[in-house]
Amino acid sequence: MINTSITIGQYIPGDSIIHRADPRTKILLSIAFMVVIFLVNSFWTFTAMALFVLLTVIISGVPVKYTLRGLKPIMFIIIFTAVINIFTTGGTPISQTVPFKYITWEGIILALRLAIRLALIIISGSLLTFTTTPILLTDGIEKLLSPFRKIGLPAHELAMMMSIALRFIPTLLEETDKIMKAQAARGADFDTGNLIQRAKSFVPVLVPLFVSAFRRADELATAMEARCYRGGTGRTRLRSLEFTDADVRIAVVTFIFFTGLLLLEYL
Amino acid sequence: MSIIAENLTYIYMPGTPFERAALRDINLKIDEGEFVGIIGHTGSGKSTLIQHFNGLLKPTEGRVVINGMDTTGKELKELRRLVGIVFQYPEHQLFEETVYKDIAFGLRKQDLTEEEAREEILKAVEVVGLNEDILEKSPFELSGGQKRRVAIAGVLVMKPSILILDEPTAGLDPRGRDEIFGFITRIHKEMGITVILVSHSMEDIARLVDRVIVMNEGTIEMDGRIEEVFADIGRLESIGLSAPQVAYLMKRLKTICPGINEKVYTVSAARDELLKHLKGKGA
Ligand SMILES: Nc1ncnc2c1ncn2[C@@H]1O[C@H](COP(=O)(O)OP(=O)(O)O)[C@@H](O)[C@H]1O
Ligand SMILES: [Mg+2]
Repeated sequence: MINTSITIGQYIPGDSIIHRADPRTKILLSIAFMVVIFLVNSFWTFTAMALFVLLTVIISGVPVKYTLRGLKPIMFIIIFTAVINIFTTGGTPISQTVPFKYITWEGIILALRLAIRLALIIISGSLLTFTTTPILLTDGIEKLLSPFRKIGLPAHELAMMMSIALRFIPTLLEETDKIMKAQAARGADFDTGNLIQRAKSFVPVLVPLFVSAFRRADELATAMEARCYRGGTGRTRLRSLEFTDADVRIAVVTFIFFTGLLLLEYL
Repeated sequence: MSIIAENLTYIYMPGTPFERAALRDINLKIDEGEFVGIIGHTGSGKSTLIQHFNGLLKPTEGRVVINGMDTTGKELKELRRLVGIVFQYPEHQLFEETVYKDIAFGLRKQDLTEEEAREEILKAVEVVGLNEDILEKSPFELSGGQKRRVAIAGVLVMKPSILILDEPTAGLDPRGRDEIFGFITRIHKEMGITVILVSHSMEDIARLVDRVIVMNEGTIEMDGRIEEVFADIGRLESIGLSAPQVAYLMKRLKTICPGINEKVYTVSAARDELLKHLKGKGA
């Protein structure tokens, strides 16, 4: 009943080199990817970037179709920004007749570029969560942020909050599904009526959902305190993160590829 | 008011790495007025199966027909009214300010006057054994057992012809459990409605229902009268279930006194059987 298209944040178990790589490597390379995708402009470099993403997905063993699914929820945003770009960019109109004279070649190209950038960023971002367990992901973030603790950044708390949020996304989705079914069984109707009626029909879902979220938060806090959790100071880890030669290989390949592209683009 | 499932297969999240066939080629028929138990391990597909009976889930393959209506058809509203489902931990669905309003939720879509609605609500509250003065309280200030009964009343108030309960006594103390089973049995007897009870407990199933369906890994492993199903302890054990404990006791006792009938599956029937045997001996 609930939207199964929300795939970001989902971990898909696997044993590829990408699964095994250190989360810090993957996070840093994802950030590098986002920077590079905004630096490249030409058709060929875009194609190369798209192929690069495709190749990474194939290596990771996550079904290609499944990664594309992650695009569905943000399709609206992609199309919306594309349309705005098409109509608001100045330049050469594609024709002199009425609807077309507002559309410029420059606008179309800009819109295409933006759409491809957004799509590739979403795909690479979901690939990061597909191949990294939430725990490793937050461990990685905490480690990466820890140098900034000196200037007062609560790295541990941020990471803990994030890992709890990630942990509870599937639980809350499941809970929503259950409550919606229970209310539908009592005659609730979520699909018909105007916008206001539909929004109202979600009250019987939202109230129990909040009640249960608060209950869960309470239980979690108790469970954490019962195990003597009191913040990050002095906390050690069962498993510490370590770079392996998988990381070196991935980092070197990606680095050469990105540098090559940028050289091609700007020389 | 019959339930028919033909070659029913259901797959969760098809086309993803999480794809999972929860039901495989299920065939069954439940007639009007039956009291049927469904047992099986966690994950065997019990909850998935019952959600097909009011169209919350649509078959991936095969079909489900309730009283002549295919669940993929247009009469969904009618179907939801005819088939009442009480989900596991139904108290988690309460949301209104007062118990009265919460129970009334299911009646909103029906054309009833204020008076008629009130009458139905009072009846439902009485059936589940709650006091009238609970009606103006907030559902969130009740005890766990009371909440659960309010939630069940919220389903009963729609006067379903088929009542399905998914582990209705999970997490309750023995007294709360007996009270709930008490009124379920009464509803079945007095109103003659079809009742389907999903349960983990062999004891409860043996005590309450006439027919039991045993599920295992998405298929129906056994389907028959209590005596038939529980007589085949070996088969139940092979799928990780068991017969009621008293059945094991009677089996052991039979090795000592071969005269007794060991085919009894409830404590009270066992007591009667043993008393009969002992008296026969004494005479
Ligand atoms: N909403 C869901 N999404 C995906 N898989 C599910 C969902 N609900 C149940 N399943 C899976 O379907 C199978 C049957 O589950 P269920 O019908 O709940 O079994 P039972 O009620 O007998 O414990 C289980 O393997 C379970 O993991
Ligand atoms: Mg279940």
